Amino acid sequence: MMTTTTADPMVPVPYRIARVIREIDGVFTWHLKSLDGSAFRFRPGQFNMVYHFGVGEIPVSVSGDCRDLDTLVHTIREVGPVTNAMATLRPGDVVGIRGPFGRPWPIDEVTGFDLIFVTSTIGLAPLRPLIYEVLHRRSDFGKVVICYGTRGTDDIMFEADLHRWRARFDTVVHLTVHSAPSGYRGRVGGVASAIRTARVDWPSTQAFVCRSEALTRQAVDTLGGLGVTPDRVWVTLERNMQCGIGLCGHCQLGPTFMCKDGPVYRFDQIEPLYAVREF
Amino acid sequence: MEGLERILGEHRLFTGLGPSFLTLASGCAKNVVFKAGDYLFRADDAADWIYLIRYGRVALEMALPGREAVQFETPGEGEIVGLTWLLPPYLWGYDARATELTRTIALDARCLRDKCDADHDLGFEILKRFLPVLEHGLQATWLQMLDVYGQPG
Repeated sequence: MMTTTTADPMVPVPYRIARVIREIDGVFTWHLKSLDGSAFRFRPGQFNMVYHFGVGEIPVSVSGDCRDLDTLVHTIREVGPVTNAMATLRPGDVVGIRGPFGRPWPIDEVTGFDLIFVTSTIGLAPLRPLIYEVLHRRSDFGKVVICYGTRGTDDIMFEADLHRWRARFDTVVHLTVHSAPSGYRGRVGGVASAIRTARVDWPSTQAFVCRSEALTRQAVDTLGGLGVTPDRVWVTLERNMQCGIGLCGHCQLGPTFMCKDGPVYRFDQIEPLYAVREF
Repeated sequence: MEGLERILGEHRLFTGLGPSFLTLASGCAKNVVFKAGDYLFRADDAADWIYLIRYGRVALEMALPGREAVQFETPGEGEIVGLTWLLPPYLWGYDARATELTRTIALDARCLRDKCDADHDLGFEILKRFLPVLEHGLQATWLQMLDVYGQPG
C-alpha cells in the first residue's frame, strides 16, 4: 500500500467520500478514501485542510482511528458557507485533502498515568482518535475516565462509541447533559460535576481537554482544584488556520502558530495567552 | 449522634470544621432515606432542610408551562441539595426527586439558622462552606445560559 505524500503541502490530494453519517443535527461525518488507494497516516490530534473544490478550504481534525490506514474520517459541523456546502456533498463526490498538520496529543508522554478526557459535544471528535489509541494500548495506562457533556440528549455525539467504551471493564464514561426531560435516568448538570465524580489518583493524572475555550478554562480550574497541575493538562485550540504550515500567520496567537505549534498545547505553556482579552 | 458527627465531619462540606462547631451542626442533623420516586421537596415548599447525599441520586426539576418538567441537575453521592435555606423567604424554587434509593444526612435549616444567628463564628464557618457550592452552581448556570455548546469551535 502506498502512503499519501505530497511534495508540496499546499497541493490538495483528491479523496472520494465513501460514506456520510449524520451524527446529530448540524454535524456530519465523512469516511474518505484516496483516489489512488494510498494510505493516510496521522497521529491523534492532527488536522487536515479539507477543500471543497470551488467553494473553500477549512481545517478539520481527524476523528477516526489512526490504525485504520484505508479510511480517513472527518467530522464537520455546519457553521458557515464552506461547511454548509460540504453538508450537501454525497458519497462519490471528491474533496481535496492537505495534511496531516499540527502537533498531536502526547500519548507517549503520558504512559503510566491515570487519564481523564474532558470534552463537550463536537469536542469529542478531535479526542476520539486519542481515545481509540489509548484503548488499543490500554495496558500502558492507569485508569481511563471520559467526561463528556452536551446540551441535551439529542446532541450526544458518537453515541455508539460511548456505549462501547462504557461497556468495557477498564474504562469509565461519565456522560452529562445540561437538561433533560423528567424521567431521564442519566446525569444532568455541568461537566465540572462529572469531573469531580471521577475516581482517579489526581496527583498522577494527565488530563486531555477539548471544548470551546470558555469551557476549557472552567475545566482546567476544576481539575486544578482536584490536584491536576497545569503541566498535566493538555488542551486544543482552534483559530483561522489557512496554510497549515506556519507561513501565512492567520492562526498566530502571540508567539505561537496554532497550525504548526498546536493545535494541542500543554496548558501551562499557553496559559498566559488565555488572560489576553480578544485573543 | 456521635456517628452522625463523624459522618458529617467526613463530608467535604464540613471538612476542617472545628469539633465544637461540628457538634453544634450535627445537633441539627438526622439520617433520611428516600425511595426512588420520593420527593425531597417541591417548588414553593418551605426550605427547611438541607440534604447531603451519602448514596443515590436526586433529580432537580422545574415545571415549565405547557411542557413536561425539565431536569437541570442530578446531584449524587457527596453532593448537596439545597442552598435556598440561606436566604429569605426560604422557599424552594424547584422540585427535588430521588431517582433511585437515596440516603442523605438532612440538616434542619431552621435549627442551623438559629445556631448561626446565635453564634456568628459558626455562621461564618458555615457560610464559607456553602458559598463555594453556590459559586460552582452560578458558574454552571452562566455557562448554560451562554449556551457555549451551541457556539462553533
